[in-house]
Amino acid sequence: MCAWGAGRSAMSEGLAASGGRGGLPAGRGEAESLATERPVSPWRLALRRFGRRRPAVISTVVLVLIVAGAVLADWIAPFGPTEQNLDDILASPDGTYLLGTDTLGRDNLSRILHGGRVSLLVGVMVALIAAGVGTVVGIVAGYFGGLADAVLMRLTDTLLALPGLMVVIVAARLLGDGVWDVVIVLSGIAWMALARIVRGKVLALKEQEFVEAARALGVPRRQIMRRHLLPNLVGEITVTASLTVAAAILAESTLSFLGLGVSPAHTATWGNMLGGNEGFVVTAPWLVWAPGLAIVVTALCVNFIGDGLRDSLDPTQEER
Amino acid sequence: MIGYALRRLAVTVPVLVVISFGTFWAAGEISSPAAQLTLNPRISPEAKQAYIELLGLDRPLGVQYGKWLGNFVTGDFGTSLVRNGQDVWPFVERALANTLLLVAAAVSLSLLIGLAVGTISAVRRGSLWDYTSVGVSFLGISIPVFWLGLMLQLFFGLYLANWLGVGPPLLPTAGIYSPGRQGFDLLDRVRHLILPTMALSLQLVAVYSRYMRSSMLEVMGADYIRTARAKGLRESRVVVRHGMRSALVPVTTLVAIDIGQLVGGLIVTERVFQYPGMGLLFLDALNSGDYTILLPVVMITAVAVFALNLVADLLYGVLDPRVRLGRGALRHV
Repeated sequence: MCAWGAGRSAMSEGLAASGGRGGLPAGRGEAESLATERPVSPWRLALRRFGRRRPAVISTVVLVLIVAGAVLADWIAPFGPTEQNLDDILASPDGTYLLGTDTLGRDNLSRILHGGRVSLLVGVMVALIAAGVGTVVGIVAGYFGGLADAVLMRLTDTLLALPGLMVVIVAARLLGDGVWDVVIVLSGIAWMALARIVRGKVLALKEQEFVEAARALGVPRRQIMRRHLLPNLVGEITVTASLTVAAAILAESTLSFLGLGVSPAHTATWGNMLGGNEGFVVTAPWLVWAPGLAIVVTALCVNFIGDGLRDSLDPTQEER
Repeated sequence: MIGYALRRLAVTVPVLVVISFGTFWAAGEISSPAAQLTLNPRISPEAKQAYIELLGLDRPLGVQYGKWLGNFVTGDFGTSLVRNGQDVWPFVERALANTLLLVAAAVSLSLLIGLAVGTISAVRRGSLWDYTSVGVSFLGISIPVFWLGLMLQLFFGLYLANWLGVGPPLLPTAGIYSPGRQGFDLLDRVRHLILPTMALSLQLVAVYSRYMRSSMLEVMGADYIRTARAKGLRESRVVVRHGMRSALVPVTTLVAIDIGQLVGGLIVTERVFQYPGMGLLFLDALNSGDYTILLPVVMITAVAVFALNLVADLLYGVLDPRVRLGRGALRHV
C-alpha cells in the first residue's frame, strides 16, 4: 500500500501533462476537488462512488458475513468439521443439525463453515498469484516491447485460446490433490486476461509525458515500472483480481466435482462436499444444495463487488 | 487478410504439435494401460509382456508418439489401447456428433435469448427489466454449471413429478435414449437434450446478454442513431436496423472467442447428464490413460477452438471495415 503516495504524484503529473488521461479517477476527480477546495484523494472518490452502488454494498456486507463465518468457524460452528455422530447419519435438517448431516454423521453446517476457509483461501490465493504474474508479464511486455513483447504476448494469446478446463483437468491429474496443488493449477491459467489488459494500458502510459520525463531524468527502468506505471494500473488489477476470486472458487468446485480438487481426506471444501455427495442428490438433497448455495452466494457477491469496483475505479465506464 | 490468416496458421501448427505431445505425455503419466494389467492377478507376466509389445508400449516415448503422429496426420486414427483394440474413429465420430448437437442447441437458444434480453435491457436502460436481467446474468456467471445441472435433475426428475402427482419424471435426466428403446426416435432424443441444453445455456445467456447490452448502449449513443431518429424513422426500425445491426459486430467476435469457455461447460454438462459426447469421452480416456482416444479428442477440440478464434478475428475485419488486421491488438475487448 505504500505505493499510493508515489501513485498519486505520478498520476497528477500525468493529469497535468495530458489533460486527464491518468490511471484512476481522473476528469471528474479534478472537477470535484476544485469545488471542495481541499483536494479529495482519488481513493476517497472511488469509495464514494462504490458506496452509491447498492448491489455492491449489499454484496460487501454479505461477503463480510461469509468470511467471518469461515474465519470464526472454530467458535461458531455447532460441531467439529470431522466430528461424527453415528446415531444421526444422513439426518435431515432439524433443530440440532440446521443443515442435516452427511453419510458419516458429520454436521453439514459445521462443514460448510469450515470448508469456506479453504474455498475462500483458494479463491484469494489464485487471484493474488494470477494478479502478480499477469501484472509482471503485462508490464514487461508493454514497456520493453520488441522481442519480449512478441514472445510473451504470443504465449499469453495461445494460453488464452486453449480450452481452459481441459488444461486444468489434465494438470490437476498430473499434480497432487492438496490445497496448493489446486491453487497452482488454477493460477496457471488465470493470469492471461490481466496480462493483456495491463499490456494495453502500459502501451498507452509509456508514451505519456510523465514517463518520458522520468526516463529523461535517468530514473532506472525498474523504478519507472514500479513507481510510475504500477500505481496507474491498480484500478485494472483490482477489478480483474476480484473477478478472478469468483472464477477460482467456481473452478475449484468444478474440479472437486470431477474428483480432481482438494481431496476430502485433507480438509472439507465447498467443492469436495458437493463432489462427494452427488449420489445423494435424491435421498439427502441438503448435502447438495447447501454447499452449492454457499458457492453461488459467495461468487455472486464477489462478482457484484468486482463490478462495483470497475465502475468506481474507472469513471469512463460508469455510465454502462 | 489472407497473409494474416496464413501467418496465424503458421504459428498455430507448432502449438498444436506441442499440445499433442503434451497430451500424449500426460496420458502416460496419469495412467498406463499396462499398469492396469499388472493389477490383474489372472494375467501371467508373459501374457502381459506380449500385450505390451503388441500395443507398442515398450518402445521409447518419442517413437510411440512419432508413429501416432504419422498415422494421425494421414487420417488414420488407429485402434484403441483399452477398448479391445476397436477402431478409434467411430467412438470419436459418435461423440463429436452428439456434442455438436448439444452445442448447436445451446448456442442457438442462448443467442436468441441473450441477444433479445441484452437489446431490450439497453433500450430500456434503468428499467425494472434492465435491473432484473442484469441481476439474472450475474447469477448466471456465479452458478457452477455442474451444480445447476444437479439442481435441474433434482427439480425436473423428482420434485416436479412429485408435486404434480404424475408417475414418471417429466424429463429424462441422463443419457440420450430411454432404456430399451430401439431405433431412432426424434421426440425421445429431443427430450433428452432439454436439460443439458438448459444447464449449458444459462451461463451463455448471461454472457451474451451482457455483451449485447453494453455493445448496444455504445451504438445507441452514436450520431447516426440520432440522425435516423431525426429522419423520423419508427423506433423499432432504428433499434433493429440501425442499432442491433452494428451492435452485433463486436458480439459476433466475442461469441466466437468464448468457444474455449464453452468446452469447459460441455465437459461438466456431459458428465452430469451422462451425455455421451466429447467431454465424457475426454474424461473416460484420461482416466484410462488411453492416449489413442484422448489425443484425437483433444486435437479436434484444439483445432476447433483455434479455428474459431481465427474466424473471429477475420470476421471482425470483414464486419467492421474500420478494423485493419495485422497488429493483433484487436483480440482484447
